[in-house]
Amino acid sequence: MTLEIAAFWAFAVTLVGAGLAVVLGKNLFHSVLFLALALIATAGIFLTLDAEFIAAVQVLLYAGGVITLVVFGIVVTERLVGEKLSHVSRHVAAGGLVAAALAALLVRAISHVPLATTKPGLAGDLTRQMGTSLLTRFTLPFELLAVLLLIGLLGASYFARPED
Amino acid sequence: MGLQAYLTLAAVVFCIGLFGTVTRRNTIGILLGIELMLNAVNINLVAFSRFRGDDTGMVFTLFAICITVAEVALGLAIVILLFRTRRSASADHIDWLRG
Repeated sequence: MTLEIAAFWAFAVTLVGAGLAVVLGKNLFHSVLFLALALIATAGIFLTLDAEFIAAVQVLLYAGGVITLVVFGIVVTERLVGEKLSHVSRHVAAGGLVAAALAALLVRAISHVPLATTKPGLAGDLTRQMGTSLLTRFTLPFELLAVLLLIGLLGASYFARPED
Repeated sequence: MGLQAYLTLAAVVFCIGLFGTVTRRNTIGILLGIELMLNAVNINLVAFSRFRGDDTGMVFTLFAICITVAEVALGLAIVILLFRTRRSASADHIDWLRG
């Protein structure tokens, strides 16, 4: 139990710190690397919630796939422009005010609602349960997702086609 | 840890992502902020799913992660396309609607 609390706080602090580094850093490439750290910390948070499969998907797809894509995008666009990408912010005060106000509102609302403090016991293997519902109750969204990925693939290759 | 701790963490991460999305000039920087916000929503979904003993939220998180990957691929394709036409990464320069 104490190990779980320590793990939660370690991952939470890493996540928030890396998130702040993503939005406040000056170098775009460093921001992407800190985003990878934030995504891996999120996978750790999923592990404290007993969602091992989601954590694995998070690391493979998000931290692996998305970060590779974004780095690739930076490399391609830097070559196209021929100069280092500027990565400055604007309206920092107004944006910070809006974000802080929303955070205060959300945290206040969360603290005023009675919420569960203990997790219910696991009925069985969560991954097995997820697999069963994925192919019984959620078959249609699962198949639609395959269509969406195909459309995404076609759309991305259409947009990024070489100029003729 | 109670559900409240997870929801508070997700709210804070969401607001950090919101801050990045509204303040960044660079289009890829805006995409990174959106990633953080989607990530916070996934934490909420998994936390509610675990504390309610119902696996629907976790299945939904899987769908959300896959859709995010498609979104990033398309978003980066659009960013690369905008570079070709405008030679700029700044969102302030993307203010026209015709092709």
